[in-house]
Amino acid sequence: MVCTRRFCAKLVRVSLFVPCFVDQLTPKVGLATAKVLKRLGHDVEFRSAQTCCGQPSFNSGQWGVAREAAIRALGVFRGAEAVVGPSGSCVAMMRNFYPELLKGTPHAAEADDLAARTFEFSEFLVKKLGVTDVGAKFAKKVTYHDGCHALRELRLKEEPRQLLRAVKGLELIESEEGESCCGFGGLFSAKFPMISTAMVQVKGGALARTGADFVVSSDPSCLLQIGGWLSREGKPILPLHIAEVLANDA
Amino acid sequence: MDNSKAIFLKEATVNAADGVQRAFISKALGGYYTNRDLQKARYRDWERARDAASMAKWSAVNDLANVLEKFVNNFERNGGVVHWARDAAEARDIILKIAENAKAKAIVKSKCMTSEEIHLNDALEKAGFGVVESDLGEFIQQLRGEAPYHFVFPCMHVKREAISELFTKHLGTAPTDSPEELTMIARRHLRQLYVDADIGITGANFLVAETGQISITENEGNARLTAALPRIHIALSGIEKVVNELDDLSVLLPMLATAGAGQPMTCYNTLYSGPRKKGECDGPEEFHIVLLDNARTRLLADPEQRDALHCIRCGACLNVCPIFKNIGGLAYGTTYQGPIGSVITPHLRGLKQWNHLSGASSLCGACTDACPVRIDLHHHLLHNRRNAAKESPTLFDRVFHNGFNFVIKRPWLFATGGRIFRATLPLLQKLPLPYMGAWMKTRDLPKAPAQSFRDQWKHDHV
Repeated sequence: MVCTRRFCAKLVRVSLFVPCFVDQLTPKVGLATAKVLKRLGHDVEFRSAQTCCGQPSFNSGQWGVAREAAIRALGVFRGAEAVVGPSGSCVAMMRNFYPELLKGTPHAAEADDLAARTFEFSEFLVKKLGVTDVGAKFAKKVTYHDGCHALRELRLKEEPRQLLRAVKGLELIESEEGESCCGFGGLFSAKFPMISTAMVQVKGGALARTGADFVVSSDPSCLLQIGGWLSREGKPILPLHIAEVLANDA
Repeated sequence: MDNSKAIFLKEATVNAADGVQRAFISKALGGYYTNRDLQKARYRDWERARDAASMAKWSAVNDLANVLEKFVNNFERNGGVVHWARDAAEARDIILKIAENAKAKAIVKSKCMTSEEIHLNDALEKAGFGVVESDLGEFIQQLRGEAPYHFVFPCMHVKREAISELFTKHLGTAPTDSPEELTMIARRHLRQLYVDADIGITGANFLVAETGQISITENEGNARLTAALPRIHIALSGIEKVVNELDDLSVLLPMLATAGAGQPMTCYNTLYSGPRKKGECDGPEEFHIVLLDNARTRLLADPEQRDALHCIRCGACLNVCPIFKNIGGLAYGTTYQGPIGSVITPHLRGLKQWNHLSGASSLCGACTDACPVRIDLHHHLLHNRRNAAKESPTLFDRVFHNGFNFVIKRPWLFATGGRIFRATLPLLQKLPLPYMGAWMKTRDLPKAPAQSFRDQWKHDHV
């Protein structure tokens, strides 16, 4: 197959890894992810046996339950060429924590293998495919929120910014509190709501002060927290997943 | 609910809602970030320096028995007296006995978190010995009758006016808002105490096995006076403070200063090499060291979390922690606050009573990135949570996660459950449900879509 400037040299059969809450609460993020990958010429599949990666249980100390979820995910994604998820957090679970969970079990080798085949969406585009311009247009001011798992577990900082800078018409504004956590932390946000809220006041306040139209992130869970607070406070800035920005080509 | 958890929740709730105090702490740390980054930039390679610092601690901690023995032999050769304390009570008894034998009247103490750990001041005062903190921050906290707020910056939460009022009340000085004048008031007050004291108690930042010296780092010079002027010097230190060689300090001392306080070097870095020797005209007549275990060997026995013993108590993890910044140091109710405190307190004081600190984290990992000796802090919070779930599982967690597992094991049930969840979400949001209600108090949820991703995908791809 012929490759153009934007299209990568090698076409990949991508298996989507759709976080459980994206599936149920923000399906547009999953659809946008698929749209961008297809536009680049890749085959995209969704294996419907997938549900949740087990991170809520893992983070709650219930490693037995999380281990079962991990072993199931190994089966779901067996044979997939590349597993791509629009969430730094869920991808970090598969990439970094499945190998830890399954260390010393008969599944250890397969966990390492899946970890090597699993990518966060912006990482997949920039590092695996070598693409930064996906042909998107978005004439808005945006600020970027680094999800902690993408930033510190997967070490992704420049990749999403490279993609956003290549979007036609988009203006990227950095915020104060650039690397601060939004305070989501999964069940933490509900178990310690007062601390979680104080954290989103700090982060959300800084994001709102940029004057951007949208806060963009590669992590839909952070956007749930930030968006939820911004909405409650009536701030004029909306949450948007990076896949939704990149899917926009009109 | 355990008492320590109830107190934590209460304090954290009050403090997290105190916007004025949070802004004060945030502003206080603002200068630190700037200075730290400036000083870090002076290193040719900060990451490699972290490797070296971590390796220096790793090699000592992983050979602790031998390295300690070498330190002790050399310390004794220098003329010092070594005391081993298994726990806090033993350490207190040792120090009390020294004070009794010396018929001490006055004791002065420089900054030493280990002494907070064993509640030394209480014990000394109960036994009738007056003890005065000579570090300015600790002196202020002692007058306030409050534990240190941050183990490096003990009174960072106290405003200047409050310090002035405190001095007026306790020392009878005129009110002032000049930091220099406040410092001079404390200095004038403390100077005579060094001269009068029979015993000076210090901590130790590093114990150098190679030379039998102890290394103390400070900004005020008070530790030097505390160690040098009184007749007896007692150093109290955790056993994990030992390093192999003097050369290890060439990386550890600057990193301690930069990571913790944004300084190139701390103002005073002093090596103490034993009591006054024959022919010397100054220095203490007796030099004791109390080497404290207090559950450190238990932590050492855990290969997964042993690296927590690498900690050089620089405070970097507190300075970058969004939890610490929003709830403050006193809410923890521990000797060591912030991420390192949340990691080690369950080991020092019991997992069941202190695991809530490991839960009170979004696991953002800022601490781990800041740690100059590469302690895997936020992952250790996960390890504590796992150990606690194994040791004393809560009924709620067991029911919730096993129920969740039952659902996610069955994609059809997950899809059906999701459909019901989306349909009833508007109603659920109005009910006072445990987790959902806590979320909804300050945040909205997105409007639930009619179709899930899997529904739409199936529709588009059949």
